[in-house]
Amino acid sequence: MLSLATLIRPEIPMRFDIARKAVAAGLGLALLVGCGSSGGQEPEGPTELSFWAWAPNIEKVVDRWNAAHPDRKVVMSKQAQGDDLVTKLLTSAKAGSGPDLAQVEFQALPTLVSNDVLADIAAHASSVKGEFPDGVWQQVTLGGDGVYAIPQDSGPMMFYYRTDLFEQYGLTVPKTWDEYARTARTLRTKAPDKFLGTFSSNDPGWFAGLAQQAGGSWWSVDGDTWKVSIDDAATKKVASYWSGLVAEGAVDKTPMYTPEWNKALNDGTQIGWVSAVWAPGVLAGNAQSTVGKWAMAPLPQWDAASPRTGNWGGSTTAVTAGSKKQKAAAEFAIWLNTDPEAVAALVTDSGVYPAATKAQTGSALAKPPAFFPAQTDFYATAQRVASTAAGFTWGPNVNVAYTAYKNAFGAAITGGTDLAPALAEMQRATIDDLRASGFKVG
Amino acid sequence: MRRALGTLPTLVLLLGAAYCLLPVAWVLVAATKSSGELFATSTFSPGTSILANLDDLSSYRDGAFWRWMANSALYAGVGALLSAALSGLTGYALAKFAFRGRDLVFNALIAGVLVPSVVLAIPQYLLISEVGLADTYLSVLVPSVLSPYGIYLARIYAAAAVPEDVVEAARTDGAGEGRILWSIAVPMMAPGLVTVFLFQFVAIWNNFLLPFIMLGDDRKFPVTLGLYTMLNQGNTTPALYTLAIVGSLVSVLPLIALFLTLQRYWRVDLLSGAVKA
Repeated sequence: MLSLATLIRPEIPMRFDIARKAVAAGLGLALLVGCGSSGGQEPEGPTELSFWAWAPNIEKVVDRWNAAHPDRKVVMSKQAQGDDLVTKLLTSAKAGSGPDLAQVEFQALPTLVSNDVLADIAAHASSVKGEFPDGVWQQVTLGGDGVYAIPQDSGPMMFYYRTDLFEQYGLTVPKTWDEYARTARTLRTKAPDKFLGTFSSNDPGWFAGLAQQAGGSWWSVDGDTWKVSIDDAATKKVASYWSGLVAEGAVDKTPMYTPEWNKALNDGTQIGWVSAVWAPGVLAGNAQSTVGKWAMAPLPQWDAASPRTGNWGGSTTAVTAGSKKQKAAAEFAIWLNTDPEAVAALVTDSGVYPAATKAQTGSALAKPPAFFPAQTDFYATAQRVASTAAGFTWGPNVNVAYTAYKNAFGAAITGGTDLAPALAEMQRATIDDLRASGFKVG
Repeated sequence: MRRALGTLPTLVLLLGAAYCLLPVAWVLVAATKSSGELFATSTFSPGTSILANLDDLSSYRDGAFWRWMANSALYAGVGALLSAALSGLTGYALAKFAFRGRDLVFNALIAGVLVPSVVLAIPQYLLISEVGLADTYLSVLVPSVLSPYGIYLARIYAAAAVPEDVVEAARTDGAGEGRILWSIAVPMMAPGLVTVFLFQFVAIWNNFLLPFIMLGDDRKFPVTLGLYTMLNQGNTTPALYTLAIVGSLVSVLPLIALFLTLQRYWRVDLLSGAVKA
C-alpha cells in the first residue's frame, strides 16, 4: 500500500514557528500550546467522548467505564495501528474533526505535540505521575512540565527461545551478545537449516530498542535546537554486530512478521526471537503449533555487570487539543491506565503489559501467559527486566527516521552489504528532514 | 483457416494466467485453514476449518464484518447508481447539445481523468470537513459520485449510439427534451450506462484511501478498511490473518456475482449498434 506518510508530510505543519516552540515547550521552556481550548467552559451535562484505538478487545474495557459513567460515555472506534493513525490524527486535527482521545505510541508523541494535535493535560494529570516508572513518565512529558498523554503499556525487550530445541542441540541461554553470537554459530554447525534469530530490516522499532539497550541516544534537544545522533557509537556498535552476524550467515535475514517468518517460527527453523514482553500473544497467533515449547530470558547484555534493556512498542492514551471536553477525556485516560480494575481488564482482555508500576505485580499478572504455561515466574522476570529499561528521547520526525531505516537497511540486507552506510543514511535523512521542516538543528 | 498456435505467445499467456490466478487460488486455499494450519501446513494443501473461519468472521466484534459489507454495498451501490445517472446525463448533454463552453467543460473533464484520485483524497477531505461532513456516510458517497472517466465514456457512447436523426425526428414529432432523453436516449445508452455502473461499483468497493481518510468511526467503515484494521494491529498483537483472509474471500464474492449477472449487457454493447440495419 501507498504510504500515507509520503502524502501528507506531518512535519510540514502550517506554522513552523509554533511547531518548533511547542516542542521546545514540551522539552523544558514554557507551555505554549495545548491549554487553549481547555478551561472552565466545559459542558457540565451528559456528554460523549470519542476514542480511537487499536488494542484488541479494548472496547470491553471501555464498556466497564460506560457502565459506571453513563453521563460520560466513551464511543470507541477501532483503527489500524501505527504511522497511518498518526497521519490520520494530523489530518483530522487540521480539519477540526478528530476524536477526543487517541491511543498513541510513545515515539509518535513529539510529532503530534509539535503539530499541536495533543492537549497538555498537566492540570488534570500531574497527580498520577507516581503511578509510573520515571523513564516512562518522562516520555509523556517530553522532559518538561506539560503532560501530553497517560502511559498505557510498555514493551521491555527480552529474549525468547525454544526450550526443546535448545536442549536437543545442547545450547545454553546466552547472557551476553558475545554468547549470543557464539550460540548462533554453534547452532548453524549442528543444524545448518536452523537459525537462532533474524535481523529484521522491516522493524525499525526493534532496532531502536536494541540501540536503547546499548546506550544509543538518537534525539536530544537543547533550548530549541535539536541534535540528531542516530549514528552514535552505541548504535554503530549494534549495527556492526548484526552486520557481522548476517554476513557470516550466523543469523537469518528474513524480516519479521512476514508469512515466511511465521512459518519458520512454526516449523522450528527459527528457534529464538529477540522480542519484547508482549511476544507470547504474537506467538500464540503466529506459531500456534509451538505452544508450551518457548521460554523467556532477559535480553543478552553488552555488559553483564549492569543489565539494561530497551523498549519495543508501548503506547499511551492522549487527549487531543481539538477536544472540547478535555477534562472529562483526561479523567477517562487516567482511569483507563491507573484504576486497578481497568488496568487488570486491559491486561486480561487486551493482553497489554501495563505501564503502571503497581499493575506489573498485580494479580492479573500472577499467572504466566497461556502460551508459556511452564514458566511460572514469567511476569516476575518481566518486571525485573522492565525496571532496567533505558530512558529515551524521541524526536519530532521518528516516522522519517523509521522510513529511512526500512529503505536503507532493507537495501543493505538485500544487497548483502555492510550496515554502517545504511545507518549513516538514516542519520542524514533524519537531519535533512528536520532542517527542511524548519527546526533548528545543532 | 486455423492458424497454428505459436508456442511463445501461448507460453506468455499461460504465464500471465498463472500470475493472475495463483493468488486467487492461494486465497481460496488459505481461507480453509485454521490459524494453526495457516503457516504450518504446505501452501496449497487445503485446511479443515472453512466453516469455523466463517463462523469466527461472523462473530468478530459482534458481526462487525457484516456491517462493513453492508456499508460497502451502500457506498458502492448508491454511489455507482448515482454516478451512472450523473455520467449519463452529462455525457448526453455534452454529446448532443452545442453550447458555449462545451469544449472547455469537456477538456476540463478529460484533464480530470488524468488526475489520479489518490492525489485528490486529501484536498477532498479538507473540503468535506470544511462543510462539516467529515466522518459521515456522505463524505465517502459524494466524492464517489462524480467520475470524470464515466462522463467521458458516456459522452463517447451517447455520440456513437444515439443518432442525431432519431433525436431530430422525435423533436419534429413534438417530444420534449426530457421525454427524448428518457424514452429514446437512455435505452440506447443502456449498455454504456451499465458499463459505467459496473466500473464505478468495483472502484468504490475496492477504494481504500478515500474512506481511510474520510472516516474515523469504525461503524461506518467499508469492508476494505475493516479488513485493514484486522491485519494492522501493530507489532505487539498478532494480526488476525485467518479472519482477514477469509474476509477477503467473502468480500470479493459480491463483485464476482455482479460481473456474472451484468456481463451479458456488456456483450450486447459490442454487438448492437444504435440503429439496427
